[in-house]
Order: sequence, then C-alpha cells, then structure tokens
Amino acid sequence: MTARTITSTTSLTATKRIAAGLALLFVGSTLTFAVGLSSMAVAHNTAHDTRHAIGFPCH
Amino acid sequence: MIGRVILAVLLAGIAAGFVMGAIQHVRLTPLILDAEAFERAGVSAGHSHDASISETATAQPEADGHDHSEGWGPDNGWQRTLATTVTAAMTGAGFAAILAGLSLLIGVPITRRNGILWGLCGFLAVTLAPAVGLPPQLPGMAEADLFARQVWWVCTIAATAAGIYLIATQTLPWTLVLAAMLILAPHLVGAPVPPHGDSVVPAELVARFVANSIAANAVFWCFIGLFLGLVLDRSAKDLYTS
Repeated sequence: MTARTITSTTSLTATKRIAAGLALLFVGSTLTFAVGLSSMAVAHNTAHDTRHAIGFPCH
Repeated sequence: MIGRVILAVLLAGIAAGFVMGAIQHVRLTPLILDAEAFERAGVSAGHSHDASISETATAQPEADGHDHSEGWGPDNGWQRTLATTVTAAMTGAGFAAILAGLSLLIGVPITRRNGILWGLCGFLAVTLAPAVGLPPQLPGMAEADLFARQVWWVCTIAATAAGIYLIATQTLPWTLVLAAMLILAPHLVGAPVPPHGDSVVPAELVARFVANSIAANAVFWCFIGLFLGLVLDRSAKDLYTS
C-alpha cells in the first residue's frame, strides 16, 4: 500500500467517524428527550414508571 | 458501514434496556404502585397528615391507579408493564447512542475491555451526580418546578460528563482543576429545592426506592457499556484508525 492510499483512507474514516458520531448523538438525544423530558401527556403517561426508575425529573 | 454501526449501537442499548425493564418490574414498579396508593389516599384526604392516611392507602391498593394527569395512559396490568418495558428499551437505545456518539466524536474507542468503564462513567454522570441534588422520586412527593429541575438535571449531566472527559484524557494540572470545578459547580449552584412537608409518601418507602433505583441504574449502565463494547469491538479498527 502506498502512503497516498493510507492518507486518503484515514481521512475518509475520520469524516465518517464524525458523521456517525453526530448521527448517534442526534438519535440518542431524541430518544432520551421523548422518553424522559417531553411534557406531552401521552409521552409522560407511557414512560411514567421508567421516568421515575431512571431518575428523570417527573411531575 | 455507518448504518450498521448505528443499528448495532441501538440494538446493544435495547438489550440493556430489557435488562433494566426486568429489574424495574421486580424491584421498582411495585414501590411506585405503593407510592401511588399513598398519593391517592393523600389527595382524597385533602393532604391532611394524620395517621388515617396509611389505613386508607392499604384499604384501596387495587383502585385504578395513575390518575394524576390527563391524556391517554396505559391501564394497570399488562399495558403498563409493556409501556414500561418499551420505554426502558428506548432509554437504553438513547443512552447507548449518546455514549457511542461521544466515543466516536472524541475518538476514544469503546471496546470489550473498557466497555464497563464507559458504562460506569455514564452511571456517574447521568445517575449519581444528578441524584445528589435530585434523588430519584416517587409519585406523591413534594417537588420543585418541573422545568427548573429538568434544566438543572441536564446541566449537571453535561458538566459532570465534561469533567470526566477531562480527567480521563488530559494530564495537565489546570485541566484537572477545571474538571473538578465542572463536576462541583452544579452542586454549588444547588438543585431546585422542593417545598417542605408536602410529601404523602412514607420516608421508608422513599429510601428503599432511591437505593433500588440507583443500584438498578448502575447495573443498567454496566450492561450498556458491556454490550456497546461487544458490538463496537469489531468495527473499532475501521472506525478509529485516524
């Protein structure tokens, strides 16, 4: 493998890594907000026991 | 590649969430149901603090629970168990995704060997640090304004996580001082304080719930870290080479 291919492979991986990291952060925050923090009545009632168990601020 | 990593992370979190759901079912939900009986009794007694509360509470434990808010809610029984299990799995997926996302962004891999450490750091930041100011609560307890508590909760987690990041990755003395300041700051500011004396739930029940909740979350986070380590170990070489 030449030095050039190594460089191009690693830089591509770094971009992908940041992209995957941001995507995961977004998905994770959305899920956590929906379960734990959303003030919608349906979300609160469905996740009620889990909110208390995890220690999310509730009520 | 990215899609497969995201899917693997979510599945790892869901698996950990099912473990949490099972623990909740055995150790936590029964205490919540007890507290709701006291809450109903307290409300129907007009928040009077006499001894008859405990009698009323035990007299009607089977009454239809969960009446403190409007909108649809799962009925007691299988609906409520299912809702709790699904939301625990969603929480697991959410926490796992945030943890794995941070690992990718800062370039520190989660592996089979360090997975449990990642999980325990999650426990410190998301469960233990906020619990100092806002202990896990039961229905029927007196509480401060909800939004203020949510803001303090999120800020405490962010500051504690940043502090842990600095301690784990930096060696300069001033970064450790900064880390200590980040971790202590939320507690110096202080969590929103609840009004005194409005709780209708016995302190003994609250103590048992708090201990069980914190222990359950420790197990939950260990599983999140371990499962993430298992699924990310194989892709680590491709993901973190740069």
